[in-house]
Amino acid sequence: MAQTTHPPGTGAHAAPGGEGTSRRDFLYLATGAVGAVGAAAAVWPFIDSMNPAADTLALASIDVDLAPVAEGQAITVTWRGKPVFVRHRNAKEIDEAKKVNLGELRDPVADDARVKKPEWLIVIGICTHLGCVPLGQKPTDPRGDYDGWFCPCHGSHYDTAGRIRKGPAPANLVVPQYAFTSDTAIRLG
Amino acid sequence: MAQAHAPQFKNPVVKWIDSRLPIFTMLDHEYNQYPMPRNVNYLWAFGAIAGIMLVVMIATGLVLAMQYAANTHIAFDSVERIMRDVNYGWLLRYVHANGASMFFIAVYIHMFRGLYYGSYKAPREILWILGVLILLAMMATAFMGYVLPWGQMSFWGATVITNLFSAFPIVGDPIVTWLWGGFSVDNPTLNRFFALHFLLPFVLFALVILHTAALHVSGSNNPLGIDPKGPQDTVPFNPYVTVKDGFAVVVFLIVYAAFVFFAPNYLGHPDNYIPANPLVTPAHIVPEWYFLPFYAILRAIPDKLGGVLAMFGAIAVLVILPWLDTSKVRSCKFRPIYRQFFWILAVDALVLGYAGAMPAEGVWLMIARIGTAYYFFHFLVLLPLLGKLERPLPLPASICEPVLKGGGRVAAGAHAKPMEKA
Repeated sequence: MAQTTHPPGTGAHAAPGGEGTSRRDFLYLATGAVGAVGAAAAVWPFIDSMNPAADTLALASIDVDLAPVAEGQAITVTWRGKPVFVRHRNAKEIDEAKKVNLGELRDPVADDARVKKPEWLIVIGICTHLGCVPLGQKPTDPRGDYDGWFCPCHGSHYDTAGRIRKGPAPANLVVPQYAFTSDTAIRLG
Repeated sequence: MAQAHAPQFKNPVVKWIDSRLPIFTMLDHEYNQYPMPRNVNYLWAFGAIAGIMLVVMIATGLVLAMQYAANTHIAFDSVERIMRDVNYGWLLRYVHANGASMFFIAVYIHMFRGLYYGSYKAPREILWILGVLILLAMMATAFMGYVLPWGQMSFWGATVITNLFSAFPIVGDPIVTWLWGGFSVDNPTLNRFFALHFLLPFVLFALVILHTAALHVSGSNNPLGIDPKGPQDTVPFNPYVTVKDGFAVVVFLIVYAAFVFFAPNYLGHPDNYIPANPLVTPAHIVPEWYFLPFYAILRAIPDKLGGVLAMFGAIAVLVILPWLDTSKVRSCKFRPIYRQFFWILAVDALVLGYAGAMPAEGVWLMIARIGTAYYFFHFLVLLPLLGKLERPLPLPASICEPVLKGGGRVAAGAHAKPMEKA
C-alpha cells in the first residue's frame, strides 16, 4: 500500500527512513483510533437496543393490598415479571428469624434489616442460585429445614427471613424496593 | 489434492462458466478426485452425516419458522397449531426436534472418533478448533431452539441457563438483564432467541465450510494415523467414499426415522407440553440429553461461579487439546495405554450424562464430582504425561503395507479392505 505513494527514486520496496515514515505511522494510528472509536459508537445502539425498553421499565411499580392476607398466610404477586413473596409472619416465625446467630449465616443480615414491619416479610421469590421459584408459599408446600422456603431445583433452604441457610445458593432472597403506603398496603418499585 | 489434475469438461456451458468461475474444477477437485486414505472405516462417515443433519435442520426450520410466532402469548399455541392444523406440521416439527438430537449424536461420535485416532494433532489443529467452535454454535442454537415452544422446560431452562451469567461478579447482573431485555425471561427474550436461532445455523454453515476447507488442506486422517505416502495409499473420494458415506447416511436415517415415527417424544421432556408459567418451577429441571454431561459438571462444583467456569472449561479444554496431548503418535491403535484411558473417558462422559439427569444430591452428586474430576484429570494431567511416558507400538511404513504383507506390487483398485490390525 505504502509503496505506491512514494515518489520515484526513494526505492519501490523499502520504506524510507526519517520523518516521512513516522508521519505516516502517526496517520495510520490516528486513523485507526478514530475508526475504532467510531465503530464502538456505532455498535452501541445495537447493544443497548437489547436492554429493557421504555415500556418494560414503565411497568416497574405496582400496589399491593395486604389486608386480606391473614397471619401465617402468604401471597405471591408478579412484579417486573418476577414472583414476589409476601408473607404475613406469625410470632413464632419472627422469633425464629430474630434468634439466629448471624455468625452462622452465609450471607449475614439481621432480620430487622430485611423487613419494614416485623410481621410482613417481602422478598423476590427467585432462588439466588439459578433463578427457580422456591416452594413454601402454600401451606402444603415443603418449607425446608428452616420454615422458610425450599428450592426444588438444587436444594437450597431459606429461613423465615428469606436468608440462605443450606444448599448451593450464594445469597439471601432479594428484598425488593418497596414502601408502605398505608398500614395495609405497599407499593413495589 | 496435489496429484489431482485439471478436469476436462465436455459440456460447453460448464466449460464456459468454469473458465470464468472455476466452481466445477473446485467441486471436481474436492469431491470427485479428493484422495481419501484407503483404510478409513465407517466412523469417518459421521462428518458427512452431521453435514446432512445441518441441511435437514435448516430446511425443516425454515418452513417451521413460516408458521411459528415468537410471542409469549401465542408461541405455545402456534406450536400446537403446527402439530394439529398445518399440513405435515407434526412431521416437520418432529423431524426438527429429533433432528437436534440426531445432529448431536453424529457430532459426538465424530468427536470421539477424532479423539481416538488423534485427528486433532498436527497439522489438523485449526480443523479441530473449528470443530469445537461448531459444537459451541450448535449448543447455543439448540438451547435457543428449545426455548421457542414456550413450555415449562423452555422457560425454566432459559431461566437457569441465562442466570449462569449472573455468577460473574459486578458485570453479571447487567449482562443477564441485557440478555433478557427485561427483569426476567419474557417476551423480549423469546423474540431475540428466535432471531438468533434463525441466524446461528447460517453461522454454523459458514463454520462448516471453513472446517471442510481446512480438512481439504491437510487431508483426512485415517485409522492408522499415518500420512498417505502416495497414490497407492489413497482412493478417489468418488465413488469409493461417496458410496460408503451414502450407505452410512441411509442407515443413520433409518434410526432417525424410527425416532420420528415411533418415539417422537422419547428424547423430549413431558413438562414442555405445559405452557410456560413464570410462577411455578417444575420439580426437576433437566436440560436436553445432549447437555447433561455439562450440566452434571455445572452442578458438581459447590460454588456458583466455580460451576459455571468448570462447565465452560470443559469445552475450553478441547480447544487447547492439540497442545495438551504431547504424543507424536496419532492413532490409539499404537498407544496401548492411552487407548485404555480413552475408553475410561468415554465411560466417564456417559456417567456424567446419567448423573446430570439425576437430582443433584447424595450419591449422584458424589458420582458427578468424581466424573468431573476425571474429565479434567484426563485432559490436563494424563494427556501431557502419557505422551512422555508411554512407549507406542511400531508404526507401519505405509497405509497399504499392513494390507499387502510382503510388499507385493500395489493393486490399482481398492480391493484391500480397511484393515483391522492389532
